[in-house]
Amino acid sequence: MRGLIAVLVALSVWQGVVWASGVPPFILPGPARVAQALMDHAAMLAVNARFTLANLTAGLALGVALGVGTAVNLALSPAARWLLRPMLIAAQAVPVFALAPILTLWLGYGAPSKVVMVALVVYFPVASVLFDALMRPPAALDDLARSMGARPLRRLTLIQLPAALPALGSGLRLAAVQAPLAVIVGEWVGSSRGLGHVMLMANGRGQTDLMFAALAVLTAMGLALFAAAGAVQRLTEKGRPEGRPQAITTR
Amino acid sequence: MIRITGDLILDGRVLLPDLALDCPAGRWTALMGPSGVGKSTLGRIVAGLPVAARLAGAADVAGPVTLMGQQDQLLPWADALANVTIGARLRGQAPDRARARALLADLGLAGLEARRPAQLSGGQRQRVALARTLIEDRPVVVLDEPFSALDAATRAQMQDLAARHLAGRTVILITHDPLEAARLCHAAFLLDARGTRPLALPATPTPRALDDPQVLAAQAALFRSLMPCAA
Repeated sequence: MRGLIAVLVALSVWQGVVWASGVPPFILPGPARVAQALMDHAAMLAVNARFTLANLTAGLALGVALGVGTAVNLALSPAARWLLRPMLIAAQAVPVFALAPILTLWLGYGAPSKVVMVALVVYFPVASVLFDALMRPPAALDDLARSMGARPLRRLTLIQLPAALPALGSGLRLAAVQAPLAVIVGEWVGSSRGLGHVMLMANGRGQTDLMFAALAVLTAMGLALFAAAGAVQRLTEKGRPEGRPQAITTR
Repeated sequence: MIRITGDLILDGRVLLPDLALDCPAGRWTALMGPSGVGKSTLGRIVAGLPVAARLAGAADVAGPVTLMGQQDQLLPWADALANVTIGARLRGQAPDRARARALLADLGLAGLEARRPAQLSGGQRQRVALARTLIEDRPVVVLDEPFSALDAATRAQMQDLAARHLAGRTVILITHDPLEAARLCHAAFLLDARGTRPLALPATPTPRALDDPQVLAAQAALFRSLMPCAA
């Protein structure tokens, strides 16, 4: 209800600015015009949105799977930690968005370069947040594992992973913010499909209303993704009063 | 028999000099003394847990040890039954759920097996922790102020339960409570910067009654020993 009111207020302020300032529609179209564009181009937008969403979810799944795999392996193996930990830290300093042109060069204009882009952006926060949490289980539970003579793998599945779930939840939320950015940057750098491509084309042809329509679809997609990540995070904190979301230490 | 000898050293400073602790097998021994003196550290050394301090000497411990602390150390995401069977599961063994249920029932927690720690009271959580300690069935048990966070009535009840279920084991009880030591222990030591001093306790069977005149006299004597100016 509160969200609905906020949206209505924002829309009326937007329309009010358009009316009061008299800006031409190719600079700032009003909400009604954008809604008209949304309906006029519904089929085309849907096709491109599907392409973008498919890359987004595939990239998310790939990035989360690789991130969790890395964190678990690092937590289990001191040798892997010794070798890979510095690389992980150094790799985080690379601005992933700057890799977009290279990925397009290597993987082409199709879906793979976008999926890899999203996966890269998702991979680092998930891997590093989860790894940090796996390495720092609550001291009392660490003592418990030790005095019970726990096997490393059992310790991981019964104590470290459950204790790290809330941290993984906040890593996922962070990933959900970054992923739509990554997919759009990927499409801007080089693509013949997707909402990012639609925005670039519309911009070139002066179809500002279509650009805003694509942006609206993209925003809805981002909000849905963020809500889903929030739901997952609440799930990871189920039944633990002390399981507050942990501070996020990565970018 | 557990024997701890030597100096306990933290950052080059001697915390406890000339330790000479003999904890007889099958008996309860209380470790008392001011906060921060290193009692819990000794308990962790006996239990084989990592400590910041160093023992320049020897800790001879006969057999495997379990430790029960002031914190219940329960997994917040697991129910009472899963918490009791955690030891076996951590070792990759088949958990004995029937015995876990029986222990929980014995400790007055029948019907609460599916509750998570957050849904239990402080006393109930400590009883789950006691069941987890008991199911391990180890000859040596370190109790590090396990009942200090409980209210007086619950504490007395927990003392009786622990004394009954851990009778015949070698128990080291770290405590600040003279009454607890006087009710439950066969021997007691006062630890402080000057060294180790044995304290007198009644020779009657444990757990001793709260209002036993010998217990009250021992409690008063322990109190006097714990207060440095009166000692």
